[in-house]
Amino acid sequence: MPVTEGTRPRGLLLRILPPGLYAGRASAIIERSMLSYSRGWLVFVSGVLEPLFYLVAFQIGFGRLVTEVAGPGGQPMPYVAFVAPALLAASAMNGAVFDSTFGVFFKFKYAKTYDAMLATPIGPLDVAIGEIGWAVLRGGLYAVAFFGVMNVMGLVTSPWALLLVPVALLVAFAFAAIGMACATFIRSPTQFEFVQLAVVPMFLFSTTFFPLSVFPGPLQVVIQFLPLYHGVELMRGLSVGVLDPTMAGHVAYLAALAAFGVFATSRRLAGLLLR
Amino acid sequence: MVEAKALVKRFGDFEAVRGVDVHVRRGEAFGFLGPNGAGKSSTMRMIAAVSPRSDGELKVLGMDPDRDGPRIRARLGVVPQQDNLDSELTVRQNLQVYGRYFGLSRAHVRRKAAELMGFAQLGERAEDEVEPLSGGMKRRLTIARSLVNDPELLLLDEPTTGLDPQARHLLWDRLFRLKSEGVTLIVTTHYMDEAEQLCDRLVVMDGGRIAAEGSPSELIARFSTREVLELRFPPGEQDAVVAVAGGLAQRMEVLPDRLLLYTDSGESALERAYARGVRPLSSLVRRSTLEDVFLRLTGRSLVE
Ligand SMILES: Nc1ncnc2c1ncn2[C@@H]1O[C@H](COP(=O)(O)OP(=O)(O)OP(=O)(O)O)[C@@H](O)[C@H]1O
Ligand SMILES: [Mg+2]
Repeated sequence: MPVTEGTRPRGLLLRILPPGLYAGRASAIIERSMLSYSRGWLVFVSGVLEPLFYLVAFQIGFGRLVTEVAGPGGQPMPYVAFVAPALLAASAMNGAVFDSTFGVFFKFKYAKTYDAMLATPIGPLDVAIGEIGWAVLRGGLYAVAFFGVMNVMGLVTSPWALLLVPVALLVAFAFAAIGMACATFIRSPTQFEFVQLAVVPMFLFSTTFFPLSVFPGPLQVVIQFLPLYHGVELMRGLSVGVLDPTMAGHVAYLAALAAFGVFATSRRLAGLLLR
Repeated sequence: MVEAKALVKRFGDFEAVRGVDVHVRRGEAFGFLGPNGAGKSSTMRMIAAVSPRSDGELKVLGMDPDRDGPRIRARLGVVPQQDNLDSELTVRQNLQVYGRYFGLSRAHVRRKAAELMGFAQLGERAEDEVEPLSGGMKRRLTIARSLVNDPELLLLDEPTTGLDPQARHLLWDRLFRLKSEGVTLIVTTHYMDEAEQLCDRLVVMDGGRIAAEGSPSELIARFSTREVLELRFPPGEQDAVVAVAGGLAQRMEVLPDRLLLYTDSGESALERAYARGVRPLSSLVRRSTLEDVFLRLTGRSLVE
């Protein structure tokens, strides 16, 4: 009889959660993802390249037309430096959302991968953390590559900008968690249109390309509710080293979203698969 | 190992399992038989601690699945009715990753995967993806996967569906061996020969209830006669014979394609049938099997 570790409660999370929800083995699910992606490495290349294309396009194109805009502290900054951190936030969002909706839906609905997992000591929260954690890791990889290029292009002017990478992870975490929770509601592949319908406007209007002040008043309020807006604001401020107390609010908003997503996902998985 | 009392499973207002009592002892092979929709899989899933019971009592390995699900599942092997292999992984990775879900060390799962691929005779396909495997190969891999944690209790939901005769016999042999090593087996099946070969004790389920319980030979003795006379007729002529043949045996089942006469002596029943002018196309005298018990208990073939 081999010794199976971890069926006894250990760690805080294991003590406060109802038994059966979490076995402390989300890492095994991340291992699985690594194996399954070891053959599909091409998606990584495209994930890294896509935002870079945007960046280069802005550098060559828009950078000539619109030379300077008002930055987070009101000071003028080059337009490309204004857009770059926002693109970083958006790419963290895109990577996370697509991994956690398409990938999860397929495994959930057709491949029955999660049914197989739940027949072992693994619980729904392990699945949620493992899958979301994987999306965050991927988002992190893209963020590091993007950050490197920003550096090379001279778009990073403050040491605070080093925090862009952890913030990108937080953005990826929030979107992966919400995306996976949404994926459990999707019934057929055509409903992915709804995901697109949410992601594209968010990408365009979360002050990614223009400052909040250009939008009419009521729209400004709506935009401030968009999760990506908080990621963009956070990153833009950090990239030029303009810090202010509202940043704590942005972080809290994203963290709350992430926590809610993980909770909702594990509840949904338990409700749908363990019945 | 498993102790169920008045176990109930509801899906909405529909009762799939309606008060089932079973008691499975350590080291035995226990079977669930029953027609489609009888509630076998629903019962198995409750025992596997992946489906909360709606009512009744259930103890698996001495624990309550509602409270100790993960601890129970750590010691179970499960072969679900439908294969749910990981289509994004290779054969070897399927076994290794599954072992990791149980918290087994990498070195251990590596060794175990190699051993189990031998068991499932899939060694040559080790690095292949799962998707292009044949149905029977997938089934064998699913069965091998269920053994990755050296379970004490193995739940097999129609394990040999889709296997060729050779693979079935091989699996029976492996299951016998596991049993002799002390592993408890719970099997559902639609193959009566499988149940007769494999199970020490079994229950016949119908409509969510248990219709009978016992060892295969006990059930045959209790619900059937020593011998069975099977009579076949040309299409359309069977109906005319039913009225005449009724009194020839203790009991009669009318199947779409033949009549089954239950009697202690098939030969003498056949003689009496000829004496009454019954002229079948062909006749066969055989011993009663579990299939006869099944037909009787599930009322599948009563005169309509
Ligand atoms: N998740 C579910 N939701 C609703 N009804 C269900 C669900 N699972 C099973 N049922 C119903 O419960 C009944 C028993 O199903 P179950 O799968 O336990 O039968 P079974 O004995 O395994 O049949 P089979 O021999 O066809 O595998 C069926 O009527 C089925 O439709
Ligand atoms: Mg079934």
